[in-house]
Amino acid sequence: MIHQYKQNGYNIVVDVYSGSVHAVDELAYDAIALVDAGTPRADIAPQLLAKYKDHPEVTQADIEDCLADIDELTAQGKLFAPDIYESHAFDFKNRSTVVKALCLHVAHTCNLNCEYCFAAQGKFHGDAGLMSFETGKRALDFLIENSGTRHNLEVDFFGGEPLMNFEVCKQLVAYARSIEKQHNKNFRFTLTTNGIGITDEVIEWANKECYNVVLSLDGRKEVNDRFRKDLAGNGSYDRIVPKFQKLVKARGGKGYYMRGTFTHYNVDFTNDLFHMADDLGFTELSMEPVVTAPGSPEALTEEDLPRLYDQYELLAKDMLRREKAGKPITFYHYILDLAHGPCVYKRISGCGSGTEYMAVTPWGDLYPCHQFVGDAAYKLGNVWDGVTNTALRDEFKLCNVYARPGCKDCWARLYCAGGCAANALHATGDIHGVYEYGCKVFRKRIECALMIKVAESLDPDLAPAHADLAPAEDCGDCGGCE
Amino acid sequence: MKHIQTLNTRDMAKSLNNGGCGECQTSCSCGIANQPCEKK
Repeated sequence: MIHQYKQNGYNIVVDVYSGSVHAVDELAYDAIALVDAGTPRADIAPQLLAKYKDHPEVTQADIEDCLADIDELTAQGKLFAPDIYESHAFDFKNRSTVVKALCLHVAHTCNLNCEYCFAAQGKFHGDAGLMSFETGKRALDFLIENSGTRHNLEVDFFGGEPLMNFEVCKQLVAYARSIEKQHNKNFRFTLTTNGIGITDEVIEWANKECYNVVLSLDGRKEVNDRFRKDLAGNGSYDRIVPKFQKLVKARGGKGYYMRGTFTHYNVDFTNDLFHMADDLGFTELSMEPVVTAPGSPEALTEEDLPRLYDQYELLAKDMLRREKAGKPITFYHYILDLAHGPCVYKRISGCGSGTEYMAVTPWGDLYPCHQFVGDAAYKLGNVWDGVTNTALRDEFKLCNVYARPGCKDCWARLYCAGGCAANALHATGDIHGVYEYGCKVFRKRIECALMIKVAESLDPDLAPAHADLAPAEDCGDCGGCE
Repeated sequence: MKHIQTLNTRDMAKSLNNGGCGECQTSCSCGIANQPCEKK
């Protein structure tokens, strides 16, 4: 399976099952399309000659040369590569998995009242509550006990608003640091916060202990304050922006993300990204489409999609401009490492929810991920007894891209691994379903991300800094670099 | 090749044999494709 598209002056061909990405000229673009359509070989050259009759530089010999290139890449397995992975996908139930990461819901309460919050203002459609140190301590022990020989363990302080239980966050990090060496583990803590509770003490702690922080900000003041309000209905922008700026400045280059949500009200979301970059000084950016009940006023619509596509392309082009100017910004969904990215096992198996990743409620219950918390049908167990609903865990083990009929003909299937199980459940009632709107947005983002990679490979102003993208010509293909 | 330039990408078929170590992070809303391989 291949995917062809044109963007920003580039003709791009993606070979789905080899992972190859090709930048081609117009003739090759048309020739590949004819081969893909099953056109008899004898008919291809006449059709191309007819199409390019006003282009004297396109000769019969040129076309034969182009078709020879296509044949060579096909023989190398880099074009029209077959799907050789499906049989592996169904061994997944018997594979051994370890728990790699926990999402600690240290607070099921919040000091903001954001109307679009999937967590129902932090309470996840249940009772408010704070995680005790004892429950959190047991969760960390559960992670160590179930992580096998894995060295790095990820723990995210989440909510609700985790800083409403900051003392327990500090105690849990101190506990983890006290035991990690004896277990040959390295805890990597992250914090996801709305910013209201940030103090100098929080900044010092986060910059010492958290290798990454996610800071929630929707962009322009009027956009942010439309939804991100406190319980009295007051917007949060003026209170949180100075705190975020102080925290980021103090991080000294350590990881962070400004994480915004865009809705039907700000389909021009690049203006929010550019506001955060140009007016506020943030360079690590993420902006996510709202996932909410269809028909709600903030829900994105089919009519919004063309505008969203334009916005994603505009962002990609602007990021290239900024890179050339020596002032790059990072957009979460455009980060791709083509040469050293994920193996096919990762690309099939997906995010790890329910098997490698679990969410822990303030009361110690385990769920497949933070978006399932509060749905009793998806309770896996608890941190004292472990995973008791093994049938549910096995269902998530098998919830890979090959288990979703809706993904069968999608060119992006090995870039998303079948998408988000929670979004699928909420959109279709089945974790094996497909959240089609999210798929459309995802495919556009991957097209843009790949275009950036092509530009970085071919644009003479950018290529010297991206030598890793250049193909190794005539390397003999010994496999040593793999 | 005159007509086609191929970027340097990880060979998916080969990763059947040299992948699957499980050292990479889980990957939530980086995403799968963005995930760096952490093989030792």
